[in-house]
Formats: sequence, structure tokens, C-alpha cells
Amino acid sequence: MDFSFTEEQTLLRNMVQSFVSDNYEFDTRMKIVRSEEGMDRGIWQQFAELGLLAAPFSEEMGGLDGGPVETMVIMEELGRGLVVEPYLPTIVLCGGILNRHGSDAQKQAYLPSIIGGEAIWALAFNEPQGRFNLADIVTSARAEGDDYVLNGTKAVVLGGPWADKLIVSARISGDQRAREGVGLFIVDKSASGVSTQDYPTVDGGRASEVTLENVSVAADAMIRDANSGLGILEEAVDHGIAAICAEAIGHMKMLNDATVEYCRTRKQFGVPIGSFQVLQHRMVDMFMEYEQSVSMTYMVNMKLTEDAAARTKAAAGAKVQIGKSGRFVGQEAVQLHGGMGMTEELNVGHFFKRLTMIDTQFGNVDHHLKRFAAA
Amino acid sequence: MDVDFTPEDVAFREEVRSFIEENYPKNLGALERSDMSKEDLLAWHKVLHTRGWVAPSWPVEFGGTDWTVTQRYIFNEESARYGTVPPMPFGVQMLGPVIYTFGNQEQKDWVLPGILSGKDWWCQGYSEPGAGSDLAALKTKAVLEGDEYVVNGHKIWTTLAQHADWMFCLVRTTTSDKRQDGISFLLIDMKTPGITVRPIITIDGGHEVNEVFLEDVRVPAKNLVGEQDKGWTIAKFLLGNERSGIAGVARSKKAIDRLREIARGELENGDPLLSSADFSRKIAELEVDLTALEYTELRTLAAESQGQGPGPESSILKIKGTEIQQRITELTMEAVGNYAAPWVPQLDVGDNYLAIGPDQSHGVSQTYFNTRKTSIYGGSNEIQRNIIAKMVLGL
Repeated sequence: MDFSFTEEQTLLRNMVQSFVSDNYEFDTRMKIVRSEEGMDRGIWQQFAELGLLAAPFSEEMGGLDGGPVETMVIMEELGRGLVVEPYLPTIVLCGGILNRHGSDAQKQAYLPSIIGGEAIWALAFNEPQGRFNLADIVTSARAEGDDYVLNGTKAVVLGGPWADKLIVSARISGDQRAREGVGLFIVDKSASGVSTQDYPTVDGGRASEVTLENVSVAADAMIRDANSGLGILEEAVDHGIAAICAEAIGHMKMLNDATVEYCRTRKQFGVPIGSFQVLQHRMVDMFMEYEQSVSMTYMVNMKLTEDAAARTKAAAGAKVQIGKSGRFVGQEAVQLHGGMGMTEELNVGHFFKRLTMIDTQFGNVDHHLKRFAAA
Repeated sequence: MDVDFTPEDVAFREEVRSFIEENYPKNLGALERSDMSKEDLLAWHKVLHTRGWVAPSWPVEFGGTDWTVTQRYIFNEESARYGTVPPMPFGVQMLGPVIYTFGNQEQKDWVLPGILSGKDWWCQGYSEPGAGSDLAALKTKAVLEGDEYVVNGHKIWTTLAQHADWMFCLVRTTTSDKRQDGISFLLIDMKTPGITVRPIITIDGGHEVNEVFLEDVRVPAKNLVGEQDKGWTIAKFLLGNERSGIAGVARSKKAIDRLREIARGELENGDPLLSSADFSRKIAELEVDLTALEYTELRTLAAESQGQGPGPESSILKIKGTEIQQRITELTMEAVGNYAAPWVPQLDVGDNYLAIGPDQSHGVSQTYFNTRKTSIYGGSNEIQRNIIAKMVLGL
């Protein structure tokens, strides 16, 4: 048993940490969030140069052959800086799908430009009626000769406005919520029949509603075959969950440190408010929630490569923990900062908002409790 | 002991309901509060004024009503049921009672009518950067020079000061060992030279609160309420009144109705979310807690009607009321699922702005974020617990 990081992993952490603290201070982050595009392409290019975009990919594709732990380390550090650039959709979700399930031709066609920072991808898997059920798919893929024709609407596609390519889940056969008959398709966002409505999200990101109207894609745009889409999607989402758990522990650590520091320095009634036992215990609870979250984040990242049943249970459990802890830590950090915690100009509220969205992203506590119980 | 409504009460409810339905400005219905101009926020206030219903809890001689506790309860319930914009609390709930309790005749004559008519918008100059929960630490200074006070200082979290004509303000007139001594209660015209209002944008993107800077602001000495240096008593009296309205039971009921409506429209595996056992259980738990709070508030109101002022027990109403409000907004956000994510900008809404997702999901996240303030303002919930521990339990 070993919970320590290798020397390479520690070097990776140090590198990301110093890059973020040097180049992604809170003011810079807010300028990026408020900019027209909402992300910084220069930062993305620097991620490529640092090798962050290559981390999880195989060496033959030009990657660094990293595993879930490397992704975890990177996401935690990006979380500390509230980085909005699309590491999750491009590298973890879509890159992960291509890496694990893409054909050789697909990998060779797409991974180099992802690793090089030239292409941004987004995973279009939510639907307006689907809530958190990945199989609840109305979007249809109809076989027509050698092509598929896609029709439907995908909801809250994170990173959608920046994406060049989308991976879209669509129903090839079966009933609306059937597990079988789901395909994943690579769709060029500029393809004829694709339209988007772009918008900012509460946590400083950007997302799109994507409408597909008779979008024709070649059969080789499908990942694997006409029946494996859901399994691949579930696996990708579990990888996404493991990644945002890591991001969330980055947020919680920052909030806990900021709260302790604030309570040490903020004086009321002639003493630091941190001297009040009721607030001390609250901060102890925040600290314990953080530690439990770290444990569950390590756990899920170690189990990501196990079989589907073990992976499902691990991801569902971790997501429940992070959802509850993130909510508690976020709310209490705001409360203990008093009015200051409510202001747009302090980073506390922004960590809180991102943690709130992490609870919803890929399914909330209720959803994953049920999934955990059933797994 | 009973909580039945008399035939008179039932008739009164009918009267209130039809008055609201017939007179509520139709254009206000479609607006979120954050979109409202000063005129919008005052529109219903002005209609209520014509009917004499702006300040039901004031004594009749000052322009209030002679309603029973039950009637006031019915009025609040009907107002919340319809979703009216309530009169701003700063004048009606906070300052009015201070003036008719501590003010002199001249002050009663000029302050109270302006509150009732809506001519004067008041804001509350209490908190300062160094004086939040510890209000007595306030440093804003007023020095008497001839027949004027010269005020210097810095107020913060001043709600809707951007609309205010006047501010009631706690200032330090004497420095003494006991910090509660030497505080005075001043009425300040916001148009006076030396006052600067700076907006504070909150995490929901809204502009409700402000900083107010006072630099050599000259205030006529006759604007002092009560005695100089004895303002702490007034300050505490006002805080007690502020808390009494804070439970928000009727509005929480309405918010739960809306939550249920949203959960009926949201689908989970093809079925309404409302039919999910987990989700409906959470709503039920909220409703049970709200019912308990409602009866606690009714007991407080009944005691008040027998001449007992709002005591430290009103801290229960503040704590439980705000906790319930926060849980409702949290569950409402949870109900809309993925559509909690779109950010609806409250400032600088452009012409090309298009709403995302189903109508019912709009703004629920912002409301959740905004409502986090309720356990902080009006004396944080930690302070309220201190009050109960000290004043009720004698610890």
C-alpha cells in the first residue's frame, strides 16, 4: 500500500502549481472570464508547450503515457487556480475517449492536434429532457448509405463555444432510454446543420446548446460500433468525475486556507474571530470534509482502470462525497468571510460557485447515491 | 387556544385578495426584482399608500392600521401568495418605529409621511468595514460644530443606497471606555456634499449593496434622533424590529409552491421529478420545518399583540427563517439539473441576450447564490445564536 507520489508526479505538480501561480492569478483569471472569448488561447498554447495536453496519451501518439494519477495532480492544481481553459472536455473527456477507443486512423487524425493545442473538443452528451441519465437520448443517428444523419439537441455542452470538434451521443436504435443502440460520433462543429447557442456559465466557464439538423457524418466518424456508445460514455464520465473531484479538492484547499487566514486576521469584539470556539469547530469540520474528499479522490483515481462495476461504484461514491463536502466547504467559507464572502471581487465566492456546479456536473449527490446503491 | 379564522377574518382575506388582484401593477408581474428600477420597486408601495396599507404594524395615529395580529398575518400571506413587491423595509419596518418611539414631534411630522408616501427612500448606515457583527466598534465620527454635525467615515453593505434619498446612520459622537456609549442616531440627506456611493457587486452578479463614504458631511443638529451619545438603545430597538419581519414564512410557502411546480416540469427518466420519492421527501421535510416556523412566528405575534415587544426569541425566526430560505433556493437549483449552469447576467443585459433552457430554470442559481447573504445580514446567524444563548438561556 502506498499513497505517495513518484518523483515525476511531484515534479509535475510543482510545475503546474508554479505555472498557475505565475500566470493565472485571480485578477488574470477574471479578465479571461470577462473577455469576449472567455478563455486564453495563449495559456492553452503554453499548456501544450509544458506537455500538459500530452500527459494522458500514449508515447507513440506523442503523449507522455501518464495515468489517472497524473491527470488528478494536474486537475487539482488547475482547481487551485480556478482555471477555465477546457482541460476537462478536451483532454480528459474527448481525448480520453479517443485514446481508449478510437481507431488507429482516428487517433492519428485527431490526437496530434489535441496534444499540440491546435484543436479543442467538447463532449455533447446531455439532453434537455435527460437530466443525469446518460442513456436518455432523443438525438437520432439514422444510417443512410455509408453515412449517418444526426438530428437532435444537446444541452449544456461545456466548452462548446471554443470547440472545433464535438463527440456527440446519438441513438441509432432502441427506445429513448435503452442501454443498447447508442453511438458516439465525431462531429465537426463547422459541419453543415450544426448550430450553437453559446453562453457563459455561473462558474466562469462557457457552454453551448447544440442543435443538429440533418448533420451528415461518415461511418468512420463513429467511435467503435453502433452498440458500444453508452459503455464508452459512462467510462468517460467516470474519468470526468475523477478529474473534477481532484479539481474540487484544489478548490476546497484554497477555501479552507483562505478562511483560516481570514479568521486569524479579522478582528471583532477586540479579538480575532478565529478565537471563537464555534468558528474553530466549523473550520475543523471544513478541514475534515476536505480530508475525506482527498481520500475519495485518491480512491476513485486508483480504481478508474478496474472493471466497469468497480469503477462505477468508486466514481459514484467519490461524487457523493465531493458533492456534499464541496457544498459544505463552499457555503461555510462564504459564511465565515461574512459580507466579504458575498462579493464578486473576492475569490472565495468564485470557488464556491465552481464547487456548486461541480455538484451538478455529471450528476448530483442524489443521482450518484442511487447509482452507488445499485452498483 | 385556537387558530381558526373568524368570519370577519375570512371577509378580510377576501378584501385583501381582491384589492391586490384589482390594483397590482400588471407590468411588475413579469419582472425579476433585479431588473427593477426605483420606480418599479415603489409602484406597489404607492398603491398601498392610497389604501392606507403601507405600514400595517404602525399605530393608527401615525398612519398605520388597527388590524389584529391575525389580519396582519392574512395580509402578509395574501401579498406573498400574489408575489407582490413589498414596501422597502428601511423606512416602514426599521426607521418608522424608531421615529414614532424616539423622535420628537417635528421629526414625526416630516419623516413618517415621507416613508408612507414613498417620497423618501431610506437606507441603513450601520455596518462599517471594521464593525460588522461587532456593530459597537463603529468609527464613523460626527463632531458638533455650531448647529451642525460634521460627519466623516465609511459605511458598507448599505442596501439599495443607490436609490436612497436619506440615510439613517449610526455615528460616534463621543469616545468612551464603554463602546456602546457615545453612539448617536443621525438622519442624513444623501444629496449632502461629501457623500459618495460605490457599488458592490455580489456573487450572483447583482448590485444591491454599496459602500458609502462620508467626507466632511454637514448634517443639521436637528437631525439627531433621541439624545446625543444614547443612540445604542435606538440601534438595538431597530435591530429587534428588523429581525421580526425576517422569517419570511409566507414568501417561503410561495417559494415551495414554485419549487413543486418546477419539480413537476422537470423530468427524471421520463417521469416528473416531483414523483421521485427522494425529491418529494426533501420538499416535505422543508414544509414540516416551515410549518413549525410558522407556528413559532404566530406564537411570537400573539405575544406581541398582548403587549410584549419582539424579544430575543425573534432570533429564532431569523435563524430558522433564513435557513429555510436557503434550503428552498438550494433545492430549486437542484431541481433544474443541468440548467443550473447557464449564467443569466443581471447587469448590462444586452439586446441579443437569449434565455437558455426552460423558462423555469432562469435565474435559480443566481437566487441561490444571492440567498447565501441571509445568514450573514441582519446580524449573522452566529450572532443570533449568541443572543439566544445569552438573553434566553442565560449562559
